[in-house]
Amino acid sequence: MQLQAVEPWVILSFCSMIFLVGLFGLLVRRNVLIILMSIELMLNAVNLTFVTFSRQLSDLGGQMSVFFIITVAAAESAVGLGLVIALYRTLRTVDTDEIQILRD
Amino acid sequence: MSGISPVAFYLFAGLALAFSVMTVLRRNPVSSAFSLVMVFFAFAGIYATLGAHLVATLQVLVYAGAIMVLFIFVIMLLSTDVPSLDLGRTPRWFRAAAAVVVAGLFMVMTRVFRTGGGEMAPGPYTPEAVAAAGGNTRVLSELMFSEYILPFELTSVLLLAGIVGAVAIAKRHTRKGAQDATSSR
Amino acid sequence: MLALIPLFPLVGFAINGLWYALVQSRPGAKKASSGVTGTIASLAILGSFLVSLRVFLQLKGMPADARFVEQTLFSWIQAGELSVPMTLRVDPLSTLFTLVISGVGFLIHVYSVGYMSHDETPGKFFSYLNLFCFAMLMLVMGASLPILFLGWEGVGLCSYLLIGYWYTDDEKASAGKKAFIVNRVGDLGFLLGMFLIFTTFHTLDFAAIRDAFHHTSGGLLPAGADFATLSAIGLLLFVGCMGKSAQVPLYVWLPDAMAGPTPVSALIHAATMVTSGVYLVARLSFLYDAAPMATGVMAGVGVFTAFLAATIAMVQSDIKKVLAYSTVSQLGYMFLACGVGGYVAGVFHVITHAFFKALLFLGAGSVIHGMHEEQDIFKMGGLRKKMPQTFLVFTVAWLAICGLPPFSGFFSKDEILWLTYSSPRGSVALWVLGAATAVMTAFYMTRLWSVTFLGKPRTDEAGHAHESPWVMTGPLWVLAILSAVGGLMGIPHHSWLQGWLEPVIHTSHELAPGVTASSEWVLMGASVAGALVGIFIALRFYRDLPAVARLRERLEGAHKVVFNKWYVDEAYEAILIRPLMRLSRGLWRWLDVAVIDGIVNGLGRLSAWTGQSAKAIQTGSIQVYALVALLGLFVTVGYLIYGSF
Repeated sequence: MQLQAVEPWVILSFCSMIFLVGLFGLLVRRNVLIILMSIELMLNAVNLTFVTFSRQLSDLGGQMSVFFIITVAAAESAVGLGLVIALYRTLRTVDTDEIQILRD
Repeated sequence: MSGISPVAFYLFAGLALAFSVMTVLRRNPVSSAFSLVMVFFAFAGIYATLGAHLVATLQVLVYAGAIMVLFIFVIMLLSTDVPSLDLGRTPRWFRAAAAVVVAGLFMVMTRVFRTGGGEMAPGPYTPEAVAAAGGNTRVLSELMFSEYILPFELTSVLLLAGIVGAVAIAKRHTRKGAQDATSSR
Repeated sequence: MLALIPLFPLVGFAINGLWYALVQSRPGAKKASSGVTGTIASLAILGSFLVSLRVFLQLKGMPADARFVEQTLFSWIQAGELSVPMTLRVDPLSTLFTLVISGVGFLIHVYSVGYMSHDETPGKFFSYLNLFCFAMLMLVMGASLPILFLGWEGVGLCSYLLIGYWYTDDEKASAGKKAFIVNRVGDLGFLLGMFLIFTTFHTLDFAAIRDAFHHTSGGLLPAGADFATLSAIGLLLFVGCMGKSAQVPLYVWLPDAMAGPTPVSALIHAATMVTSGVYLVARLSFLYDAAPMATGVMAGVGVFTAFLAATIAMVQSDIKKVLAYSTVSQLGYMFLACGVGGYVAGVFHVITHAFFKALLFLGAGSVIHGMHEEQDIFKMGGLRKKMPQTFLVFTVAWLAICGLPPFSGFFSKDEILWLTYSSPRGSVALWVLGAATAVMTAFYMTRLWSVTFLGKPRTDEAGHAHESPWVMTGPLWVLAILSAVGGLMGIPHHSWLQGWLEPVIHTSHELAPGVTASSEWVLMGASVAGALVGIFIALRFYRDLPAVARLRERLEGAHKVVFNKWYVDEAYEAILIRPLMRLSRGLWRWLDVAVIDGIVNGLGRLSAWTGQSAKAIQTGSIQVYALVALLGLFVTVGYLIYGSF
């Protein structure tokens, strides 16, 4: 079987697919930990678009951006998980349905 | 795009898609976390396919190594390994609406990727030029310590701030704070 | 230069007013004496009198056709077609008024220094008085109707403030309110008249309106105006005059206004403010010439006012009330004069009346001062010996108002009566009423004079009355001289006044059919004879007071009606005030409480309900918000993508 060369738009569509799967998780899940994981998924999808464009345009700026994004993502998950711990310690839950202090 | 093995790409892409769906849909957070690790590995594979070797390595080291360990730690710390049944609690209409919006956005984005964008002048770093200059890792490292030195230094500041912030947030409250927390409940 | 005339009193007002408001009104602060504050105020008026005199001499030196001085200070109102610059203009008519206002005003200020010496807050009093003079001078110097109206309202305000000067007394405070409210009715007429003038002539400047009358298109009327419009303008403005100049049916505030200090009564409610209606009519004489219906009404109202007020004055026992009704009566005369086309005679009577009525009021004030605030003439008597100076000047004023030659009142009143008889717009009926009023005037003034000054003291107070200090008698003497000789400016057929006012007020010497010039002398003799008869009857009658009392008992019913002022106030109460109160209360209950409050509260409830209903959307779930936001993104981006292809 002879597969055709991978067109850039196929990779990009794949990226959007992963991104939207993450977005779907963000919307429907109630567990804060899984929501954070969904966000990681979305970040990864964006990273892949950077790398794709970097390859397509023969410019290493895209890959350079990915480094910085990975750094920010690391910091973000550290702070985010710290927040989850603080939240759990205060409210004894990580369920967003039960975290509605602002509403009342 | 030449130089990309379609077999490798579709393999890794299929794996990534399958595991990402599992990440989002699995009830058990630990199960989700391990699915996510698989997604990260698959992504590393795609990066390698695309010739971004340094990114692939970092993906494995930072994401699959550091970040996932952090996740697992927190899950264990909170002992929430009991199956999370939250997915069933979101209203049916909400899930349907989310699916519709997501599908719609997918259509829009794909359309943009297929048709949008004009011709852009390619840069100097073609795969051949990179290979001639000593490989992806070498070229990127040189760039990072010359042209991108200022953002690179700034990330160290960001990481420091992240560390301080994470510690400050997650730190157990002092006696006074703990009393406040209990009395307010 | 012109601006200095009103500026002096304004500065005086500012000095005294600020000094009082910032320093003296603080609790425990020492009040300035009437000597200091009164000197400041008097000097301010003296300054404006001297400038007025200078302007008068300047005008006198000009050719008769071009006698006016003008000064534009700044642009006041500028809106579309309407343009009102703050312009002061002095012509032969205004200059007479500025002289009278500042001159008589100065004398009254000086007099007040003595009269208000026992008052607690003279600083306040003199600041009000100066403010009044400022407003009154603006009224007569304004070159257009809005500026006149500014002064018109300003004097109304000061009148209100000064009537209620002793505001702790409830009756005096409500007298001030009454004056203010009754004047509002008149001011409405004034405003409507002003609007009508603007829509008809597209200008509010007196000179411009006058020009419109000179550029008539073939007929008597200026372009764009017809008889009905002119009559309406004349009548509406006359309604304004009714309020300000106390004509029937809006005269009721003036007798009550006597609650104010006596110098105020003399200045505002006799000499100046109440004559501003006559000034307005004289100023617009060219308009009234073309509106015979309005002048007919004016003459009728004027003579009726004169007659009615004279009957009331005959039975009042309060010295100031008698003078107040006398003022209303004399104002009626002035409008009678204007109504029959004798604007010059009206202005002439304004001037002589300012002299002798101010003198009467100030003399009465001197009596009241000497009697320690006693105002009932039947508790006086025999003051001739106790207060010789006051008696002498009061006598001069009495003769003047009775209309005996050669005192000033004779000339002006006789002129009016002659015109009433001889003018094409006059009639015999008007003359009969006017002449009867003249007899009654002589009667009630003689009554006042004889009961107060002649005979023996009837109370201990009267026995111990004392003459007033020189600061009060001095102005009285000056006014007495003016009252005596003031009429000489208008001797029939050699009238200086008529010539002087000719550029402003065109006088026709037309006679009604069937009237001969020689009958003037007959009428003159008749009016003198009438005055003498009135004086004689009153003197005979009031020599024997017990007999008067007996007669009064016999005529109990009639006396009561007249003494209670024909029950006009009570009628107003029943016809106007009570239904209005009931209407207002109804409006409050039904319109305010039910409808307007209902709407307001309903709006409040509506927003509360909206909030309650919309609260459901605010789930507090970030994921729902995110979904909605993404939906918006999808719609927007989708439109951009698919909409553009």
